[in-house]
Amino acid sequence: MIVVLPETTQQVADVLRYCSDNGIKVVARGSGTSLSGGALPLADAVMLGLGRFNRITEIDYENRCVVAQAGVANLAISHAVAAEGFYYAPDPSSQIACSIGGNVAENSGGVHCLKYGLTTNNVLGVEFVTVTGEIIRLGGKFQDANGYDLLGLITGSEGLLGVVTEVTVRILRKPETARALLIGFPTTTAAADCVGAVIGAGIIPGGMEMMDRPAIHAAEEFVHAGYPLDVEALLIVELDGPQAEVDYLVTRVSEIAEELGAVSIRLSESEQERESFWAGRKNAFPAIGRISPDYYCMDGTIPRGKLPEVLARMAEMSEKYDLRVANVFHAGDGNLHPLILYDANLPGQLEAAENFGAEILKLCVEVGGVLTGEHGVGVEKRDLMGEMFTEVDLNQQQRVKCSFDPDSLLNPGKVFPTLHRCAELGRVHVHDGKTRFPELPRF
Amino acid sequence: MSDTLSPTTTDEVLDTVRAAIADEAPLQVLGRGTKAALGRPVAAPRTIQLSGLSGIAYYEPRELVLTAAAGTPLAEIEAALQAEGQHLPFEPCNLDRLLGGEPDAGTLGGAISANLSGPRRFYAGGARDHFLGFEAVSGRGEIFKSGGRVIKNVTGFDLSKLIAGSFGTLGIMTEVSLKVLPAPETTRTLLLPGDDLAAACQYLSAALKSPHAVNGAAHLPAAAAGRSTVGYVAGMRSGVTALRVEGHRPSVEARLAGLRTLFQDIDQTEELHSHNSAKLWREIGKGTLLTQNPESQVWRLSLPPTNAASAIGALSEQMDIEFSADWGGGLLWIAIPAQADAAQAAMFKATEQYGGHATLIRADETVRAAVPVFQPLSPPLMDITGRLKGNFDPHRILNPGKMYKDV
Repeated sequence: MIVVLPETTQQVADVLRYCSDNGIKVVARGSGTSLSGGALPLADAVMLGLGRFNRITEIDYENRCVVAQAGVANLAISHAVAAEGFYYAPDPSSQIACSIGGNVAENSGGVHCLKYGLTTNNVLGVEFVTVTGEIIRLGGKFQDANGYDLLGLITGSEGLLGVVTEVTVRILRKPETARALLIGFPTTTAAADCVGAVIGAGIIPGGMEMMDRPAIHAAEEFVHAGYPLDVEALLIVELDGPQAEVDYLVTRVSEIAEELGAVSIRLSESEQERESFWAGRKNAFPAIGRISPDYYCMDGTIPRGKLPEVLARMAEMSEKYDLRVANVFHAGDGNLHPLILYDANLPGQLEAAENFGAEILKLCVEVGGVLTGEHGVGVEKRDLMGEMFTEVDLNQQQRVKCSFDPDSLLNPGKVFPTLHRCAELGRVHVHDGKTRFPELPRF
Repeated sequence: MSDTLSPTTTDEVLDTVRAAIADEAPLQVLGRGTKAALGRPVAAPRTIQLSGLSGIAYYEPRELVLTAAAGTPLAEIEAALQAEGQHLPFEPCNLDRLLGGEPDAGTLGGAISANLSGPRRFYAGGARDHFLGFEAVSGRGEIFKSGGRVIKNVTGFDLSKLIAGSFGTLGIMTEVSLKVLPAPETTRTLLLPGDDLAAACQYLSAALKSPHAVNGAAHLPAAAAGRSTVGYVAGMRSGVTALRVEGHRPSVEARLAGLRTLFQDIDQTEELHSHNSAKLWREIGKGTLLTQNPESQVWRLSLPPTNAASAIGALSEQMDIEFSADWGGGLLWIAIPAQADAAQAAMFKATEQYGGHATLIRADETVRAAVPVFQPLSPPLMDITGRLKGNFDPHRILNPGKMYKDV
């Protein structure tokens, strides 16, 4: 493995052209925070580190966008525009470190994406370099693609189609006020009902998170956020906007929660308190890390109404594998993060945790959901793709890969369980003879 | 006149495509044909019409997800959503007033295929942003799917984005899943008078930089405003800059008051309530107010909002134009007197100079066959486009030539 750290787009193009000419594999890497092994190095590949692409090149308040090099940290963009009252909406939990280029590769989410969208909904343009070293600009400070929406296709393509070197994102004006409600429920079913009822009442909160009992206890012991410990489920509902809107919605959400049997409701009375409500949730992973030698974080999405069923089945699996599980849940959009607690030093536990995780993801697909909501497929879920897609589906996706990278040199081994040679996928099978549409006129 | 096939199931679509491949007889792909005149003319011996694939298959308001057959009329979808207090946030805009055809008859599949979005585009996202997944038949004669029925999903490549706006050239969608959202309780529109476009663009920019969550921001020159059926708009007898706020009532009142303070130096403003707001923004989205000359050719330019006034200035120096601006200045509708080349060179030069891209929305068939309807792509992008087409539709069976001559 060779690591290269280019500083200019031209250097990226030169490296890619050289690799392409010589049949050398390339793995691009931003900050390396992927939870699915998206930027995992390969022994026989060039590792293209984008750490030196660390400058914000333009802030344009009039057109409400920021142009940043690919290695700029997500949070650095919000910091750069904070003084003028703006921010960049997608906020993955790793935002202090994760790069905007990596966000584009993974189509990252965060706790505010029900209302404000994922990365793909907030990126206006990219500069990217093809495997043969062509520098291409897609989009810019304007809406919609000219021709096929390759910007939308590149976003979330996990480094398989090209190397993004620069990103144009839209920035939003910060809401005037934000307040958070901390709502405790005696059952997870009641909490799930409350989430549905809030949305059913026409309210889209800025954030709506759920934690189950094990997650609440671990977080409270870690950050002392003042979470109630005598409840089975805790909701954090953040309402943002003008003061008048926030006051109105706080009342309505509280009423709904009371009707559905909430046993405790607390409203943040200060910015500091609001942040402390979130601190528990945002530190849920390290909090679990304190009570277990190891944990494995999963990332499926389910139709929200299936939550009670999925939690019940997960509890059965927990007994079967004899491993504890704690759940944090982006409740608004159905994105579930079960954390499986295990000890890698005990023989067999790692394998059990992985099998438990795979079974959870299969369950997500079974109830109408998907394998990954925001962490990506990477290496981790590659072999589960067949649970969600047929071979025809996967071949069609791989043909997209072939349209950009016919020799499969970019980030090989990620996303697809079996990699076909492009020539093989390009073959056309002629169908003739009997059709299932006998009345079809033949001309 | 081509022969029309009207399948009613995905399997029938599959068989139609396989027959087209076997007979080497390309297909013109239509929903109900309301946007058939958008894009380059398709020379195909057969037409596949998808209006027979109709009906809502799944709608869970609390999940914010709706799945329907691709040929389902948008009107049916909007009615089902309205009954639950929800809507399609991208404000699909049927262009029947510009393109002719039955009013508001378009299908869901057509709206996605053309990726046409209304005034809320810059704020809430476009059709492509609310398109969660689909099932389609490729030009290879295979049924494939992508995405899902949940609102947060990054499993595999996002082929939904590729299919949205591909005008039926990559696959024939049979089923579509969408993210839907609660419809706003209340809508208000603040109208500011003024004929000067540069000043109007400053109003738009000031409004969009404010914390008041303005989600409609358009400017109509006096002639266009005068055509509005909303009396308050036509009655201003000047150019009109329109700013929309939507949401829960207390919030809308507060934000409208904020906007009024922001523009307190401007006299003779007006305010529209929900009903008139809906009417006005529909007119704006459909391009209804742009011109009353049925012969004029119409372009849409998507560009950086701050360049709107310069682009209009540059084009006005070269020819007679009528225009209106939406998306805070980021979208220009431009009508010009009919001409053989549709003034394509000037339009593409404007977007080269000021950024963005231009699309020829209305011109007769001969012109659309001769002139690039979509702005020509750079050679490397055209290569990728051609390879994608080849990988989805190797026989060029689906809407050949609809977007680019050789695609």
